[in-house]
Amino acid sequence: MPTYFEAKQLVTPGELLAEGEYQAGENTYVEAGKIYASKIGLVDLDTKRVNVVALRAFYVPKVGDIVIGSVIEVGFNGWTVDIRAPYSAILRASDVLSRPFKPQNDELSQVLDQGDLIVAKIASYDRAHDPQLTVGEPGLGKITRGQLMRITPTKIPRVIGRKGSMISMIKQETNCQIILGLNGVILVTGKNVVDEDLAMRSIKKIEEESHTTGLTDRITQLLKEEKAKQPQVETKQ
Amino acid sequence: MSEKHEKLIDKKGIRLDGRKADELRPLKLEVGVLPNADGSAYVEHGKNKILVGVFGPREVHPKHLSRPDRMVLKCRYHMAPFSVPERKSPAPSRREVELSKVIKESLEPALFPELFPRTGLDVYVEVLQADGGTRCASITAAALAIADSGVPMRDLVVACAAGKVEDTVVLDLYDAEDKLGAADVPVAYMPNLNAVTLLQMDGILSPDEFEKAVNMAIEGCKKIYAMQKEALKTKYMTIKEEEPKEEIEE
Repeated sequence: MPTYFEAKQLVTPGELLAEGEYQAGENTYVEAGKIYASKIGLVDLDTKRVNVVALRAFYVPKVGDIVIGSVIEVGFNGWTVDIRAPYSAILRASDVLSRPFKPQNDELSQVLDQGDLIVAKIASYDRAHDPQLTVGEPGLGKITRGQLMRITPTKIPRVIGRKGSMISMIKQETNCQIILGLNGVILVTGKNVVDEDLAMRSIKKIEEESHTTGLTDRITQLLKEEKAKQPQVETKQ
Repeated sequence: MSEKHEKLIDKKGIRLDGRKADELRPLKLEVGVLPNADGSAYVEHGKNKILVGVFGPREVHPKHLSRPDRMVLKCRYHMAPFSVPERKSPAPSRREVELSKVIKESLEPALFPELFPRTGLDVYVEVLQADGGTRCASITAAALAIADSGVPMRDLVVACAAGKVEDTVVLDLYDAEDKLGAADVPVAYMPNLNAVTLLQMDGILSPDEFEKAVNMAIEGCKKIYAMQKEALKTKYMTIKEEEPKEEIEE
């Protein structure tokens, strides 16, 4: 019952990974009892499970995910939202207004207009229906300030770090509020632009170097160095 | 067939462009060349220059073409007006419509369309310079572009042609051989699954010659597959060189 890869080997779609008593994990598939890779990525054996950590992927909606999207259309009783997924999402008016929605009383474009950005949670989604969003929880809703950045959705877990270590460190060091959309969109809100830029630069660095060792140390170092420079910038202003 | 033009193969078995019968043209493959596309690839196969951009999976337009149970694959093969010596009208010709269909059908078995119902995957193949065998080079590049877009695939698809010129079965025909030769057999192939996804024949071959041509084309595909894999990996090589050890954690 052999495997045909070394740990963390870079594989391409169609490469034979294992045969026999192994389980097909993420980004793999089984054909005639053999496990093959279905995406380009790094293979990993987790006891009996063969996983491929994809290097290229797009966001696929999952119920409960927090996402950041932009309103693309104001409809009769809701909005269509682009969440950078194969499907555009629907946000219903009654969900936002938290009271029964009457078309004669409410002008939807005054609540959310085309181009507005929102933080939302995926309330429902299945094969037959487009994902439906909800903003009825604290922290969700229209984005009024801050900066947006986009990274590959597969790298969000790396930005979070082990048990949230990476993201809480960045938040702490830069005094920024950071909302990670699982669709790869990140909202950074700080007291000033300098803080926001620093947070965004460290996230960009994590994305670029996500497959290297000692990344946490390097991010800590980057943040420390930049913080040392910062008071001078502020006094100049 | 060879009364007027000069011999396509000399007595030593060397072809007009200096290749042996079972030799491929020089090949260059590049992945991720278009930042605006979700996935892209560029191929130079001999004098062929082909650019492929992939978009999706995304909503299908017009909407009635979408399928409730699967992703639809749409291919557009297009030759630039300057891709051939005589200006080619940019409007889709009969041949381009056919090749679009053929490319689509040879890529489809490599995908998992049931994973993304109601969506469409658009593959745009733009031939910048043509010199015979563009359908094969297009398939090779399109498979790379799809893999680059992050759409799950059963296997990469490689294509290569074989044919007959001057009573000899040869690999990877170029324009002159295609036009003056006796037959052309393009084959698309999924190397890991050992499955043929495209098999056409233009011209006349005996059953023996046909079998020889198919086997030769598959051998050619295997050689191209090695380069295809390399090209895909090269894009991520810088990551690999630093030898990742730390786990990806949630």
